[in-house]
Amino acid sequence: MNLKTSNSMATAQAQMETKWWNGGRSPFNVEYGKLMMWYFLMSDAFTFGAFLISYGTIRFSQNYWPDPNVVFNAFPFAGHANLPLAFVSLMTFILIVSSVTMVLAVHAGHNMDKKGVVKWMIWTIIGGLAFLGCQAWEWTHLITGDHLVLMDGQVKELGTTVSMNPWGPAANVTGHEGHHVSTPGPVAFGGYFFGITGFHGFHVFSGVIINIVMLIMAMNGTFERRGHYLMIEKAGLYWHFVDLVWVFVFLCFYLI
Amino acid sequence: MEHSVQEVTFHHEPGGNEVVKKIIKTTVILSVITVIELGLGLAMYAFPMGEALKLFLKGAIVILSLAKAFYIVGVFMHLGDEIKNLIMTIVVPLMLFIWFIAAFLWDGASWKNLRNTYNGTPAAAPTEQHDSGKH
Repeated sequence: MNLKTSNSMATAQAQMETKWWNGGRSPFNVEYGKLMMWYFLMSDAFTFGAFLISYGTIRFSQNYWPDPNVVFNAFPFAGHANLPLAFVSLMTFILIVSSVTMVLAVHAGHNMDKKGVVKWMIWTIIGGLAFLGCQAWEWTHLITGDHLVLMDGQVKELGTTVSMNPWGPAANVTGHEGHHVSTPGPVAFGGYFFGITGFHGFHVFSGVIINIVMLIMAMNGTFERRGHYLMIEKAGLYWHFVDLVWVFVFLCFYLI
Repeated sequence: MEHSVQEVTFHHEPGGNEVVKKIIKTTVILSVITVIELGLGLAMYAFPMGEALKLFLKGAIVILSLAKAFYIVGVFMHLGDEIKNLIMTIVVPLMLFIWFIAAFLWDGASWKNLRNTYNGTPAAAPTEQHDSGKH
C-alpha cells in the first residue's frame, strides 16, 4: 500500500486506537451502499473475468488466431490507411479522461461544491457518450467491412460477425487487382469480441444513465439538502470499474 | 448513526490541492503506461521477432496493465484509503483468479495439443489420419 499518503498514515494510527468491532459502529467505516457497491463490483469482476478467461481458453486451444494489429487498423475518415490500434487508443484515452473527470466530480462533492460536481459530471457523461459513439463506429466497420475470403472454392466478400471470421491465414490465391485473400479464421473470434466488448459497452451505457441521474439530482440540489455527495462517490466507483474492465478488454483483445 | 461516529477514513483537506495533484499525477502515470503498452504492441507488429521475445513482450504488457489496474483501484476508487479489513474482503476473494486463469489457459493449451496429436491434423500427425479421425 505504498499509495498511502501521510494523511492515511494518520488514519492507520486512528484505526489502531478505535475498537472497530466493539459494536455500535460500522466496522468498515463506510456507508452500507458503498460497501455493497464494492461487493457488487467484485462479483462483476468475476463475471467479466469468466468471459475473458473463456476467451483465453478458446484462443489457447487454436493453432491460429488473428493479429489484432491487422484486424483493428481503421480510423474514421482515414479511408484504407493502415493505422493499427490508433482508433482503440483514442477510445482508451477517452475512457481514462472520463474517469479523471469523475474523480474530480467526487472531489468537488467532498468539498460540497455543487457547481464543480455538475461541471465534472457533464464532462464525464460526454466522455461516456463519446466512447459509445466510437464503439458503434468500430462495430459497424467490422461488421460491414468486407474482406476477400476463400470459402468452398470460391472467393467471397465477408465481414466479421458472430458466425464468420474473415481474418484467417492467407489463402494461396490472389483476388482481383491483387487483393489479399484469406481463409476463414476461428469462428469464435467474432462471438467473443462482440460479446465481451458488447457487455462492456452495456456497462458504459448503464454508467452513462446512472451519471445522468446523478447529474439531475445534483442540479436539483438533492445532495446539498442531504448534506453529502455520497451518491456521486458510489456512481464514481461504478464508473471507474468500467474503466478498469476496459484496461483488461484492451489488453486481451487489442494488445496481446 | 452517521453523526454519532466521527468519520475517520476520509479527511477533508481545506484546499484539496493535494488531492487534485495526486489525481493529475495518476492520470499522467496511466497515460504513460498506456503509451508504452501501445509501443510494445506495435513493435510486435512492425518488427519481425521470434516467439520467445513476443511472449516476453506480451508478459510485460500484462504486468503494465496490472499496474494500471492497481492505480485505478487504489487512487481513483480510493480503495487504498479504506480500512484494511475492507480492502482484504475485496482483494482476498480476487485471489481466486490466480487459479482461474492458470487452470483454464492450461486446459485450452492441452486441448490444442490433444487435437493436434490425435485428431488427424496433417502437419502434426500425418500417419494417424485414418484410424483416429472423428468418432
